[in-house]
Amino acid sequence: MGFVSRAFKGRPRDQPRDARVPPGQYLVRDFPVLSAGPTPHTPLAEWSFSIDGEVDAEKHWTWEELRALPSETVTRDIHCVTKWSKLDTIWEGVSVDTLLEGVETAADYVMAVCDGGYTTNLPLEDLTGGKAWIAHAFDGQPLESQHGGPGRLLVPHLYFWKSAKWIRGLRLMNDDSPGFWETYGYHMYGDPWLEQRYSGD
Amino acid sequence: MEIHEQDVRLDGNAAAGLLQEVFVHEFSGARGACASCGAVGEMGAQHLYMAPLAPGAVLRCAACEGVLMVVVHAGGRFRLGFRGLVWLEMKDTAVTS
Amino acid sequence: MAGTALQRRLTWRVAEVVDLGDETPRVRSLVLSVPGWPGHLAGQHVDVRLTADDGYQAERSYSIASAPAAGERLTLTVERLADGEVSPYLAGELRAGDKLELRGPIGGYFVWDIAIGGPLLLVAGGSGICPLMAMLRLRQAAGSDIPTRLLYSSRSLEEVIYRNELDRLVATGTALDVRLTLTRDQPERWAGYHRRIDTDMLTEVAWAPNERPLTFVCGPTPLVESVAESLVNLGHEPTRIKTERFGPTGG
Repeated sequence: MGFVSRAFKGRPRDQPRDARVPPGQYLVRDFPVLSAGPTPHTPLAEWSFSIDGEVDAEKHWTWEELRALPSETVTRDIHCVTKWSKLDTIWEGVSVDTLLEGVETAADYVMAVCDGGYTTNLPLEDLTGGKAWIAHAFDGQPLESQHGGPGRLLVPHLYFWKSAKWIRGLRLMNDDSPGFWETYGYHMYGDPWLEQRYSGD
Repeated sequence: MEIHEQDVRLDGNAAAGLLQEVFVHEFSGARGACASCGAVGEMGAQHLYMAPLAPGAVLRCAACEGVLMVVVHAGGRFRLGFRGLVWLEMKDTAVTS
Repeated sequence: MAGTALQRRLTWRVAEVVDLGDETPRVRSLVLSVPGWPGHLAGQHVDVRLTADDGYQAERSYSIASAPAAGERLTLTVERLADGEVSPYLAGELRAGDKLELRGPIGGYFVWDIAIGGPLLLVAGGSGICPLMAMLRLRQAAGSDIPTRLLYSSRSLEEVIYRNELDRLVATGTALDVRLTLTRDQPERWAGYHRRIDTDMLTEVAWAPNERPLTFVCGPTPLVESVAESLVNLGHEPTRIKTERFGPTGG
């Protein structure tokens, strides 16, 4: 190895190896904010959520209608591609299973679409079976806009760029198609346990 | 700690080192035209969204926040997307050196 | 080699710390010797890279605070951030004789040279003074009388970086005006400003828009955005206002 900076340690990253921390990740206590663009501020009265694309009939909810659906409180670990992980985060949200009830589709993939134009692609089966939520609260408080409020997708078993902030809908697709970061080389699936950060990993 | 949107926005300047690696030519003084709104300006004056250790950076138009350019530096390569730039102009410094 | 006019691929160089000095309780200047340094322009920055013994690396950008000069020396001024990763090392751990990796100079947008002229309006918040100090030092070294005004916002007098040198520049230079605003604590009988920079303050300090000043603003993003917006509202040409924001560098 080449150059070493004398006595430089860097941020703590060799905490006791926790079986819950994927390889290459370090733990944080705060909640870093990453963003690919400005924070949108859509008034709740104008906010809506839709399921469209390869479906027999599109579905739409207003904010009030979404909030009237049953919500679950879940405690999950989250893992960001920038190498931080945060354990035992507490979210409240509507299960994607609830939103997909009664939706007829042959699609295998989903594009999450967001305010501000951000998109990310996921297999449909990663959003169903109690694995994903439209989260509207974090740590008992309404989700703040810099963390994706009023509503963000929560898919904690994948790298966190898949948990799209400011989500406004799920577009069902027959074939996989890259979202915003995936277009520029981020991994199409993004399993933190396999360190699937970039295409080819 | 409260974090504001402003805290995640930088000047295009902040990507100059990264992009000079790619272009060799100095990047922040380069001019470009936004495909969304037509504004023309120096890349150093545009808005950059980039976080420490993040593999990707997004350069957006300071006038309309449309995406000008995306850079992902990871996995031993740079991938650049220019979908929001009609053109990009750099000085030919060969004549002065 | 034709100085900075020659464009080459950026390479990491090993710099040696030859001197260190505290500017304020939280801010330290590092004088570096950089073999092969091609020279720089006032306002440019360098990327600094630190490597731990297990290969972990952290990289941050720092403005060059010294004036362009012949030779292979440059000065960085670093504010120690409480939860930072790099700045506590640079402004705490580092000693004379230590080495660090840097690349540069970088940037062609937020730069000033005597030939670019003025009048010059410089607006700084906190350690945003650093690249502007390179411009003031260059102006002084060149014996320039380009009319220049600096408006500098700090939390307290103790946190004003380069305070003595700024006094000296005003006393010995020509056509330089420096105004401080202290936003949190002021000494007794403080006659200067004691609030955040606002439109009224800029109206008093800035050149009239019809004098077409060239403006450089550097500091935390909220300060930079509010100053730039105020200046545009006052009628200044947006293309003559250059900004440099501090971002979420994580220190």
